[in-house]
Amino acid sequence: MKQPHIQLKLFAALTPLSPENSDRVPIEPGISIKELLDHLDIPIVKAHLIFINGVKRSLETRLNGGERVGIFPPVAGG
Amino acid sequence: MKNTLSHRLNTLALKASLTDGTPCRTISAAEVIHLADDTGITGRMVEIAALREQILPDRYLRNMKTLSEADQIRLLESAVCIVGLGGLGGLVTETLARMGIGRFYLVDGDMFEAHNLNRQLLSSIDRIGMPKVEAAVMRVKTINPGLEVNATGAFLTSENADTLVGSCNIVVDCLDNIQSRFILEAAAKRAGIPMVSAAVAGISGHVTTIFPEDKGLENIYGPEDQLNMAKGAETRLGCLAPGVNLVASLECMEVVNLLLNPQKALRNRLLVIDLEDHTFETLQLA
Repeated sequence: MKQPHIQLKLFAALTPLSPENSDRVPIEPGISIKELLDHLDIPIVKAHLIFINGVKRSLETRLNGGERVGIFPPVAGG
Repeated sequence: MKNTLSHRLNTLALKASLTDGTPCRTISAAEVIHLADDTGITGRMVEIAALREQILPDRYLRNMKTLSEADQIRLLESAVCIVGLGGLGGLVTETLARMGIGRFYLVDGDMFEAHNLNRQLLSSIDRIGMPKVEAAVMRVKTINPGLEVNATGAFLTSENADTLVGSCNIVVDCLDNIQSRFILEAAAKRAGIPMVSAAVAGISGHVTTIFPEDKGLENIYGPEDQLNMAKGAETRLGCLAPGVNLVASLECMEVVNLLLNPQKALRNRLLVIDLEDHTFETLQLA
């Protein structure tokens, strides 16, 4: 069975932490966002805004593959 | 009745045409100033009176037909409070003055420093040390002396917030720290007016519009009582002019939408941009 993938977009100061294959990150089905970030060494405290397929979700949301995941750190500049 | 404003406007009106050939009547910016001086009302009021006579102040010719004359009147009748007059607020002030927002409440206690020159539209080498609010008032008056400006050279606080936003239709958050944004949001909610809010880091940022009954900033930054930071990624990435100017323009369009087509506003939605890879995406917050 083919391993599922997600598309991961890290914004702002998180961008340098993007995995090389960010358009096609392999995942274990059912993995939570928190577990995924731990696996990718992305600091959870900076994962302020989490979006899955364009909708705000939480660290506990689980992935099945095929999702577009976006993570925004806190941003406050003007 | 020969000396009424209406009669004088109709006498001074010139035949002209829009760029698509549509005939119209116009009145020059100079005549607006002259009529305002002569009648003792503000240029903004003269412009509204002209538009009601289907006479276009020539400064708004290129706003037609994306805007109607009724739309232009609505903008001129509106009051917008802009809090923070740095990168976001400078461009928001400039753009809304050119769009024809009639009344401005400008708030900032800061002064220009050299490190503002990379992006802040109202800063210049000869204005280092000048209060930002002073530069903003000058800019609005240079663009259109008929616009009404109320200036406050102080930082937003819990104590002054209600007074600052209380007379406005909309407040625009152009601040640079998270705590002040929550103070402004609370004041806007108490005043029963919407707040356009944006933030930038590097060449990325986001913008949203918060109505009084919405969850608002908590959706973006988490609960206020659990805030453990004042600043965000901008402390590491700085703020670059293309990102700031783009996000400020998006805030301006939110103001225009709120006044003319409120159903189009980014309510419970967050428009995120990242110029690094040309990302533009509207996300659902609730």
